[in-house]
Amino acid sequence: MQFIIATDVGSTTTKARFFHKKNGEWRFLVAGEAPTTVEAPYEDVTLGVQNAVREIEELTGHKLLAPEGGMIIPYDGEKGVDLYCTTSSAGGGLQMMVAGLIKSMTAESANRAALGAGAIVMDVIARDDGRQNYQKIQRIRSLRPDMILMAGGTDGGASQHVMEIAELIKAAEPKPRLGVAYKLPIVYAGNKTIRPQIEALMKEGFALDMVDNIRATLEQENTEPARRAVHELFMEHVMSHAPGYTKLMKWTDIDIMPTPAGEGMAIQLIANTFKQNVLGVGLGGATTNVYSIVDGRFVRSVSANLGMSYSVTNVMKEAGIDNIMRWLPFSLDKEEVASRLMNKMIRPTTIPQTLEDLIVEHSVAREALRLGLKHHRTIATRLKGVQVQRTISDMFEQAIVDSYVEMMNIDICAGTGGLLSHAPRRIQSMLILTDAWLTEGVTRMMQDSVFMMPHLGVLSTVYRDAAWNVFDKDCLLRLGTSIAASGQAKFGDHVMDLHIDMPNGDKLEETMNLGDLKLIPLAPDQEASVLVEPANLYDVGAGPGKELQTTVQGGVAGLLLDARGRPLYFPTDDQKRKELLVKWFKATGLYDVKALEALI
Amino acid sequence: MVDQATDKKVNGEEKESEEAHAYTPGLKVKKSTIVQKMRRLPLFGEVYPKEGDKVNYSDVIARTEISGDPEIVKISMVMGLEPEDTPKYMLKKIGETVEKGELLAFYKALFGLIKKQIKAPVSGTLESFSEVTGQAIIRGAPIPVEVDAYIPGTVIDVMPREGAIIETHAAFIQGIFGIGGEVHGDIQVLTSNNTEVLDADMIKPEHKSKILIGGNRVTLDALKKAVQIGVSAIVSGGIRHEDLTTFTGEEIGVAITGQEEVGITLIITEGFGNMNMSQRTFDLLKEFEGYSASVNGSTQIRAGVLRPEIIIPHELKEEDAESLSQGMVPGTPIRIIRQPYFGAIGKVHSLPVELQKLESESMVRVVNIELNGGEVVTVPRANVEIIEE
Repeated sequence: MQFIIATDVGSTTTKARFFHKKNGEWRFLVAGEAPTTVEAPYEDVTLGVQNAVREIEELTGHKLLAPEGGMIIPYDGEKGVDLYCTTSSAGGGLQMMVAGLIKSMTAESANRAALGAGAIVMDVIARDDGRQNYQKIQRIRSLRPDMILMAGGTDGGASQHVMEIAELIKAAEPKPRLGVAYKLPIVYAGNKTIRPQIEALMKEGFALDMVDNIRATLEQENTEPARRAVHELFMEHVMSHAPGYTKLMKWTDIDIMPTPAGEGMAIQLIANTFKQNVLGVGLGGATTNVYSIVDGRFVRSVSANLGMSYSVTNVMKEAGIDNIMRWLPFSLDKEEVASRLMNKMIRPTTIPQTLEDLIVEHSVAREALRLGLKHHRTIATRLKGVQVQRTISDMFEQAIVDSYVEMMNIDICAGTGGLLSHAPRRIQSMLILTDAWLTEGVTRMMQDSVFMMPHLGVLSTVYRDAAWNVFDKDCLLRLGTSIAASGQAKFGDHVMDLHIDMPNGDKLEETMNLGDLKLIPLAPDQEASVLVEPANLYDVGAGPGKELQTTVQGGVAGLLLDARGRPLYFPTDDQKRKELLVKWFKATGLYDVKALEALI
Repeated sequence: MVDQATDKKVNGEEKESEEAHAYTPGLKVKKSTIVQKMRRLPLFGEVYPKEGDKVNYSDVIARTEISGDPEIVKISMVMGLEPEDTPKYMLKKIGETVEKGELLAFYKALFGLIKKQIKAPVSGTLESFSEVTGQAIIRGAPIPVEVDAYIPGTVIDVMPREGAIIETHAAFIQGIFGIGGEVHGDIQVLTSNNTEVLDADMIKPEHKSKILIGGNRVTLDALKKAVQIGVSAIVSGGIRHEDLTTFTGEEIGVAITGQEEVGITLIITEGFGNMNMSQRTFDLLKEFEGYSASVNGSTQIRAGVLRPEIIIPHELKEEDAESLSQGMVPGTPIRIIRQPYFGAIGKVHSLPVELQKLESESMVRVVNIELNGGEVVTVPRANVEIIEE
């Protein structure tokens, strides 16, 4: 094995990445890109794949494309590659409808399984979802999913109500999105004792597949069999109906994977390698995918209409324009901001030329990421329906927090997607992630250098070491480490003292008050020893007011000391808010100072 | 920074691309072209015209029926019976039609002291009864779906059971964004030039069923008045975001439009805010004032780009060379589609190969453009569209 080519067939662009093993080590060589050709007049994705690969041929002089189509496999010492693999999200990706019995139990588990398989979940139907039967039926009839995943009941548990949901789906006669002539795939992952009845009801009109119960008992969630079935049906039914995919499937050595599934694999690779809790994001043009691996549990969420180009105005709609504008350090008319975002949405491939435009986009990105995490937390929840022992203190706090994704427990944040990967200064993506997610305690920050996480994710399923080597050396850019104190008091109050032993022997003493932000250069291959002494009300990971001794890793941005409070302190006075933002932007070298001052 | 880069390019000897792709395809503004429209049913059905037939705007060319809405009736639960015992009390068989209010099942016990019955909540056909859940499904009457011709012309191809392709000779103009579906009417230009705002006082009762053309943006009051009078469509350069939101009653989140029921079809040709309609588009619409046209506001930016359109059938056949979508070369007419030169028109001056640093500090491929006033500016290649001539 010496050469590998991987592609990602995106909704607008097909991205090819070329990898090479040199001196026993796998490295990223070069990238090629071309418009995706899933739509008329082409209606054949392989044309876009060929164009993207041809760009690599031109850049390297290495012949890759076989005259009869596909890649030259294997590498013969002069031309060809040893492996070709691809991910795909063209044509809107995998769109699913999910159903279960109880919204917060089996339906939620089914939702997690579908999302984990890389799907966009169009709707979740449950007995207690607050809608009348006729409303559910109307909704199912208006959706055109690629596939349905249905759960419900524990093994030997509820059966009649599960059958009611099945009858409702059958009565609605959902139609598949691609083509009127094929049967809609449905995966049943519910109470196994009623499989014969389900089969009798569903075998006509659906392509039915039955797998192990997703919640055989309330205490356990087993999404893997459903996820696998979804993947197989995706290949068998959905992919084979998309233009050109039958051909593409023959070209690849391993199964085509939905892009988010590849991205998720890459984020899992980080967690597995560092053995730490990771929160990752793919901030795309149309969607925002958030991935968490906390104590070994992997959950993915997709916010189908939060993105930086096609969906940029939906971010404005959901976040509210005031929330976007709170990140602007200069005055701009509300209508002007709204018009600019609408114009970006209708011409999604344009890019900011002016600093003012860039800052507006960065403001939207913070809100898209914030909303993406908020959505993620509704999915990354503790299993409901399980008996939980409550302590006296829980009773005083009224409830146990639903989501287990708490920033204090996250060790690594990682981002990918055009805006983050192409940010002109690396500190921009680091601060955007910090502001949006409000990291707490000590958090390492990383990002995808040249958008190849999906490629490496699919590759990792067959050659984990090769994928990790490229990932580590060429893809996963270390931005640095953030130290943020959780808590809030009055502006200007003392938050924390830091004693930092720098790698060159220097000793830094930093006193941080509420509203302070500071960036200390610390190169990617360097470490520093830090003693943090938080004030009484603040926590940096060891508990309120308790000191923390730790070692932090550097990065292209450096060590970020954040005493802006959690939640973030924002003055209510508009002028003071702008001044504080400018202070933060200047303290971190976020933008060119002269150009920034010209805008204020 | 922009000007410095330009100077370097103009005076320097760096490499230039001979031809380059424009990232954003230009919108079509054609005076004379062949337009083909595929008219397709959502399900298989019946197609009426034959190849070669002439059709008009509202002619129905295909028809089908989608199955009616189902109504779930919880018979066993209402009757207090076990699901498996219920069938013997059913008064209707599977497949039989039922009228609303008609008895579906009846049960009597204890010499008639206990009586239970259930009536059909809707009219339709009894489709099924489940002995597991005790639920019956009544299927409502089928819902007819019709597809009309939309444009007048000749049927050039028939797809059996699915639809037909209709062809006409026409002027064809694409907008950038629209709302509302397919309509037709006569074109009337209301503004004296492409820079004038289309306001309410320009709209008169005689404009009922017309397609009204403005120059710059259309105001909210103009839209409201147009709906009141019964105008078919408005085509303008731009619209304020707030006006559109107020008019539709909802903020547009994702650009998938065409289904709005707002009483009018709206097409904007340039973008949001104050936007002059391009001179070429305005002149073309002016030239066809009084002609009948088909208009569709449907827009979809993702997964199969669909732009709103104005089709003006006519017989004035002129050579409007169908230029193959070429890339940019020096001299190609260009419109800038983002700040700081949004809306400016010029021609390609040169295409530097090397990446250049923008004011935003991004390193990107750029194009140098000579604006109509003679000034040369540098913009990212991603921020221009080719004006198709």
